[in-house]
Amino acid sequence: MGAIRLEKVKKTFGTLDVIPGVDLDINDGEFVVFVGPSGCGKSTLLRLIAGLEDVTDGKILINGTDVANEAPAKRGLSMVFQSYALYPHMTVYNNIAFGLKMAGESKAVIDEKVQNAAKILNLTDYLERRPGALSGGQRQRVAIGRAIVRNPAAFLFDEPLSNLDAALRVNMRLEITGLHQELKTTMIYVTHDQVEAMTMADKIVVLQAGRVEQVGKPMELYNNPANKFVAGFIGSPKMNFLGGDYARKYDCHEVGIRPEHVAVSTESGDLPATVKIAEHLGAETYLHVNADGFGPMTVRATGEVPLGEHDKIWLTPERDRIHRFDANGIALGKL
Amino acid sequence: MENKQTALGHIGFSIFAWIVGLLIFFPIFWMVLTSFKTELEAVSIPPSFMSFDWTLENYAEVQARSDYFRFAMNSVILSVGSTLVGLLFAVPCAWAMAFNPTKRTKDALLWMLSTKMMPPVGVLVPIYLVFRDWGLLDTRFGLIMVLFLMNLPIMVWMLYTYFKEIPSDILEAARMDGATLPKEIIFVLLPMAVPGIASTMLLNIILAWNEAFWTLNLTTADAAPLTAFIASYSSPEGLFWAKLSAASTMAVAPILIIGWFSQKQLVRGLTFGAVK
Repeated sequence: MGAIRLEKVKKTFGTLDVIPGVDLDINDGEFVVFVGPSGCGKSTLLRLIAGLEDVTDGKILINGTDVANEAPAKRGLSMVFQSYALYPHMTVYNNIAFGLKMAGESKAVIDEKVQNAAKILNLTDYLERRPGALSGGQRQRVAIGRAIVRNPAAFLFDEPLSNLDAALRVNMRLEITGLHQELKTTMIYVTHDQVEAMTMADKIVVLQAGRVEQVGKPMELYNNPANKFVAGFIGSPKMNFLGGDYARKYDCHEVGIRPEHVAVSTESGDLPATVKIAEHLGAETYLHVNADGFGPMTVRATGEVPLGEHDKIWLTPERDRIHRFDANGIALGKL
Repeated sequence: MENKQTALGHIGFSIFAWIVGLLIFFPIFWMVLTSFKTELEAVSIPPSFMSFDWTLENYAEVQARSDYFRFAMNSVILSVGSTLVGLLFAVPCAWAMAFNPTKRTKDALLWMLSTKMMPPVGVLVPIYLVFRDWGLLDTRFGLIMVLFLMNLPIMVWMLYTYFKEIPSDILEAARMDGATLPKEIIFVLLPMAVPGIASTMLLNIILAWNEAFWTLNLTTADAAPLTAFIASYSSPEGLFWAKLSAASTMAVAPILIIGWFSQKQLVRGLTFGAVK
């Protein structure tokens, strides 16, 4: 059981409002991802929930009990750190067992739980090694093992994959998602990588400057971003924003068009443009173009597209996929 | 061309380093040599280098005249004792400064170090009076307290630079794992800081071992360590160079041996944090 509720949680460092006041509901068993650019306060918010930072004001309710003033260990949460934060002087076995030892569990119980976690995480052969003798992925698994043996109300992940190389990151992403399906425990996951957010989350919380910009399911955020910030942050490559005459045609201040919602033609279309750089990935092609009168745009075309530098093309955005924003960047809804 | 120049530079530096090393080593070498001479040869001019009658009689006489082992035992008790008491205070202090710094932490550290800049003789009278009134003169306990307080700033400073290198994530992980503060320090921080603590201890044992000002001024017999043992040979009845050398050799030998075997540890400790 792990339902977490934040009520007006506030954090200031000196005179700096890092988190001006956040309200959030996290349901039991949910996989929630905090996402936002560096310095948006997502890690601070996680550390507030963990108890590693003291809240300046507000309540943190875990299963209905306010734990805002409790020590980290009393909150029944486990955390996986970006740096893994393994105990370098202990074997893998002792790293995983440390929390259980601190809780005063008997040797037999500790052994059973550690062996069990090692089996789930494929670490059985490495239990007697020290963290220094493990690869990055294995270290990350040990960190996760240390978290799961304590049977926490919720797991907190602080950018756990950012130290891994790209291929391993995809693997670990799948492993963590699999782990969530298996354990069905609440997970809060912090990342700046919107791909991780989109692929793993049941619910994404987009943060900027300590404020919650939008909360929703991944596809909700993708299809109906509440404002320009969320629209630009979710989705890769980034959404294109066009103002001026083109926006006026749609009765708004600015329109947002995702690169994948633009049709490319060499003969006719809405917007004339010149290709500057074409990135051929095989399955798709990213065209970085200069749209006449609007400046740089990115277009994502499926498959191999035989275009290159200086080629003249025409772009036609899908009308029903156009996002409209007012002068304050608030979404106006689609046409 | 460039390679040749760097090679020449390396040789030049090596020669320079050897000269400095020999200059530093020479007095110790000369002391050991003199301790094996007779009193007459010890003061002969020109001094004899190797061509003299080697003798052990100075050592025999030094041991006969004063009980070396009693002094040596005091030195061990004072240096190890003051270092252990120092650790008891320096570890929590350095922990607080390294992991929970405030705006004034740097200032506090500098202030602590600045106390080392004051000449000890400046506080001799008040400390002597306190010792006299509290009956601490010539007691091991009193000297341990003084030595520990004298070296505490260095211990805190060294441990602080060590602890700074330990990622706070790991301590936070221990906190998440349910470790209380004492357990966090004992099971996680200290084992990781073993090299730093070892070199801090070594340096402080050496400093306390060699400390001569307080040990000479605050002891007479019961708590007197090897520094007093040496000093007793520079007596008004005339200088006995050979016996003084023998006494000094015996006094520095233990710490020299410890230093020799732990030099790797020591150098690492003193330069830790300088390069990352």
